[in-house]
Amino acid sequence: MAAIRLNYDVPGDDFTRAGEASADLKARMKKLGMPSEGLRRAAIALYEGEINLAIHAGGGQILVELGPDKVEMTLTDQGPGIADIGLAMSEGYSTAPDEVRSLGFGAGMGLPNMKRYSDDFEIESELGKGTRVFMRVNF
Amino acid sequence: MTTDKLAAVPPFEPVVLAESREITEVYCADLLSWAMGRAPEGCCWCTVMGNVNAVAVASLADVAAIVLCDGAALDAEAEAKARQQGVNILRCALPVFEAGLAAARAAGLYGL
Repeated sequence: MAAIRLNYDVPGDDFTRAGEASADLKARMKKLGMPSEGLRRAAIALYEGEINLAIHAGGGQILVELGPDKVEMTLTDQGPGIADIGLAMSEGYSTAPDEVRSLGFGAGMGLPNMKRYSDDFEIESELGKGTRVFMRVNF
Repeated sequence: MTTDKLAAVPPFEPVVLAESREITEVYCADLLSWAMGRAPEGCCWCTVMGNVNAVAVASLADVAAIVLCDGAALDAEAEAKARQQGVNILRCALPVFEAGLAAARAAGLYGL
């Protein structure tokens, strides 16, 4: 199976639409008969990324490359960037506003969950320019 | 025990019944990212979060059912999304812990 490339735009501040990319990816992987554990890990990691794009970056772009034995997901935004990546990766650390917390998010688990469910995780960020996250999930 | 059978056991009531799923564990949490990272596949997830994001988390984490506890409401958008994505939703008036305990007893989990 050749790699399938999928592109998604995530709108900013729309928490009801955040999740469309991960739901679409999950449905496609299920249709292709991908292993359920890999499918679950990829969908969770991508959903956390979508929520982060909506909450913190004013939206962003997602590129997914789905192959027979792995899925690679690259999330890019032009948001404010992350000042301290080490701190942002700590479980429980969050800068989410109160309205987001009232929806059940903002527990400071987004980036840690993305790393936990990925076999390979890279993040780079520049203040005032944006953030790029790469995640690979092997099946 | 399956989700449709649990929905017929008082104090549980069905709200959205999609494909019947076997309940393998019970999990209680309200923070969505916490639940998404830890809710076991096939669990009965007891929570007070009845919004569209909770439905998305349930679908992605592949839980067997959401159990809305403490009389928490499911908003209309969330209900529509649950039907579209095939997420089972039950409700009960018990607080989260008691609901989880009742579900575990009904399903015969954890030696109860």
